[in-house]
Amino acid sequence: MTAILGQMSILERKPGALDGAPEWFNESREAGWKQFLELPMPGRKHEQWRFASLKELDFAEVGIPPISKADGHHGAVGMEVRSARFGFVNDTLVEEESNLPEGVICLPLDRALAEHSDLVREHFMKQEATLGSAKFVALHRANVANGMFIYVPKGVVVEAPIEVFHWLEGEDIVSFPHTLVVAGENSQVTVVDYFQSDSKAKGSWAIAVNDLVAEQGAQLTYLALQDLCEEARMIQVNNTLVGKDATAKAFVLNTGAAWARQESLSKLGGSGSHSDMLSVSIGRDGQEYDQRTFQHHASPYSYSDLLYKNTLYDKSRTVFSGVILVDEEAHYTDAYQTCRNLMMSGDAEANSMPGLEINADQVKCSHGSTSSSIDESELFYLKARGISPREARQLIAQGFSVEAISRLKNPALETLVLSFAAREFDRIVESVS
Amino acid sequence: MSEAVQTLDADTKSAIDIDREKGDFRYPENHKYDAGSGLSSATIDYICDVKGDKDWVREFRHRALKVFEGKPMPTHWATKDLENIDFDKIRYYLSDGAKPKRTWDEVPDDVKETFERLGIPEQERAFLAGVEAQFDSEAAYSNVKEELSKEGVIFVNSNEGLNEYADIFRPYFGKVIPTGDNKFSALNSAVFSGGSFIYVPKGVKVKHPLQAYFRINSENFGQFERTLIICDEGAELTYMEGCTAPKFETATLHSAVVELVALKGAKIQYITVQNWSSNVFNLVTKRGLAMEDAEVRWIDCNIGSRLTMKYPGVVMKGEGARGEVISIALANDGQHQDTGAKMIHAADNTTSNVVSKSISVGEGRSTYRGQVHIPKHLKGCKNNTECDALLINSSSRTDTYPAITVKGNQHATQHEASVSQVSEEMLFYLQQRGLSEAEAMSLAVNGFVNELVREFPMEYSVELKRLIELEMEGSVG
Repeated sequence: MTAILGQMSILERKPGALDGAPEWFNESREAGWKQFLELPMPGRKHEQWRFASLKELDFAEVGIPPISKADGHHGAVGMEVRSARFGFVNDTLVEEESNLPEGVICLPLDRALAEHSDLVREHFMKQEATLGSAKFVALHRANVANGMFIYVPKGVVVEAPIEVFHWLEGEDIVSFPHTLVVAGENSQVTVVDYFQSDSKAKGSWAIAVNDLVAEQGAQLTYLALQDLCEEARMIQVNNTLVGKDATAKAFVLNTGAAWARQESLSKLGGSGSHSDMLSVSIGRDGQEYDQRTFQHHASPYSYSDLLYKNTLYDKSRTVFSGVILVDEEAHYTDAYQTCRNLMMSGDAEANSMPGLEINADQVKCSHGSTSSSIDESELFYLKARGISPREARQLIAQGFSVEAISRLKNPALETLVLSFAAREFDRIVESVS
Repeated sequence: MSEAVQTLDADTKSAIDIDREKGDFRYPENHKYDAGSGLSSATIDYICDVKGDKDWVREFRHRALKVFEGKPMPTHWATKDLENIDFDKIRYYLSDGAKPKRTWDEVPDDVKETFERLGIPEQERAFLAGVEAQFDSEAAYSNVKEELSKEGVIFVNSNEGLNEYADIFRPYFGKVIPTGDNKFSALNSAVFSGGSFIYVPKGVKVKHPLQAYFRINSENFGQFERTLIICDEGAELTYMEGCTAPKFETATLHSAVVELVALKGAKIQYITVQNWSSNVFNLVTKRGLAMEDAEVRWIDCNIGSRLTMKYPGVVMKGEGARGEVISIALANDGQHQDTGAKMIHAADNTTSNVVSKSISVGEGRSTYRGQVHIPKHLKGCKNNTECDALLINSSSRTDTYPAITVKGNQHATQHEASVSQVSEEMLFYLQQRGLSEAEAMSLAVNGFVNELVREFPMEYSVELKRLIELEMEGSVG
């Protein structure tokens, strides 16, 4: 609290209109604030917050930081081969590099609003937040001032990934990272969002919204790598709309933050649509990951597959709540959902609520959820080959995460995620005899 | 599915009609005691006076009424259909004032006829070790075979249990399911009447199952039976209950509380075939307590009712205890079978198993709701949960909402669920061999539940198969 003396809490400070923004955008901010005030704080009675640590939702001392110095820079390291890179520190643009095919719009939100107001308006926060965090999404809508807008026109293929860094700086501050990706008909694009901070972002928050739209036949891959410092918190709401014959692949990695809640909704809105939802979380100390997912099959012949893998050390805790909803008309649907927890400590806790709501016919659906520790015979096998118990446990834990990572089916992205995971495993100190 | 099967052949139709009507009959009401409609502390006093309850029971009921009034409807997670229950219209206590009959000859002819119509064959009746039949609020007939009473088995209704065997039943009464567990357990605690109180002494293994039949005969009547079964160390018991009600114009409420206590090494198996008519709200709380090396098994089949909400649970309190729930649910048009299981591990090396199969037909909806809880100070706990759903028509619906909490790394849990249809190919194959589509469907559905139906005692499993067959044949299309 000493960092920004006398700052006004985000709960009380009404954000005003944004200079230079189009009228509709400022109206949307206004509407967002109104909605934020109207909606109740999540409570014990909210089924969508079952098992959640509600005490984490304390914003009393959290405020908007002063504008970052334009010469500031984030401390993140990204990929070697990329087609664009943008960096934000507390939502202020500090780095920009772009080498994109013609016609692709990849701009910070403020500039996109100035240059492509109608196009942004068409897609900006169009889908309702239905998985519990509507209040915080409204807060985001009221405050969001910057972020990324990426639009890939019909038929354009962006080979290398677009990287976006969201860096959090300072104590008790909140930032509102926003990423909107629209992949036009038959286009292809990969976007990687990094959520990171230095070690001093104590009590700080990122309330992020990332919306993905894959139009007919498009192939959209999205990665969110969350590696905030251990005292920061995050709420991330992801809405994905998958059109006819389109493929969306979303991957979430959690290694950082004291508490992170992610709500991912994938709506299969066209026949032949395909959605992969993947996640790897590695918790230690008292870290807590609260993930809620929704696979909404609104069209026939759609396919979705979810695989969430959690490795829990120390006193870490996870909550997984997943729903597969198959609408009445969405016949011939295939939907799968799997959440697996690897318990690495006697103090870890895993909560799973895999759910199915099926209203259609000719549907193939399944879900599975398991929680278990490492099999002694696997350890014995490795130890018998001269591998130390500590190394053996780590190898098995890494191998456990790899199942989800390898579904990215892209060597560069897999290497990137593995490097984050490896760094996390190095931080883990296990007392194993 | 093809149009052809929607028009059933006359034979099938008549077969179905007969069976559906079986429970749909009623006798003239002849009640000496009637607590009237609505619920207040005066209703409670009326019930206490009629039953001659002791002071502690009266206090227990009054306290429960307060809890019931203070609790909101659980509609934040459960179906909004609950709001259609009008507690002021329900009649909470009806009785003709007669004591339960002890021999078959004493049983009034109309009640005998009930048994007849329920299709319990003569030999079976002779074979049953003990039968208690409940008519509205009170037991109409109750009988324990002599040899059982010689061994010390107590099989009485709740009134007798609490008044005459208080030293045995009071220590456990309301302990497995506390009054405040949920709104409906509180309601039952306030107005309960009838039900079975059973005590099986140390080491006694009851060979034949004990049975109870519950029947609602009066319109707007709510049935609130209370069952408490205690199996002392090393004892074994199988208990079966069945229920029916005629179809009334207005909805009826059945809200039971069933508590099982299996002491060290005891085994209790509790079997239910629920076939209430399709306007009964069936909101039941069932839980068992399993001590060291004890086993509690719930075998539960839900075919009737408008809305069933029932999640049998086992609290495994002693090391090596075992809990199991086997559940079959069939939801037809206008029905919602919201069933599941609750497994609370509270000791080391406890294991639990849940197998649930549901079938949704027409516009029916079936829901599986489960809870598995393994706290961290324990080790060696295991849970296996499987739930499979079968959807017959395109307007059928099924939901699954399990919640699994595991703390610590010395446990193993697994949960699998699947949803499927009867494949076109399978139907085609069977039809090609001369079966009608309805018969083929029926065969496939029976195949789906066969592995669980086998868990029921023989006479029930035959009945069950037939019931499922008939329910199916009427609705395929």
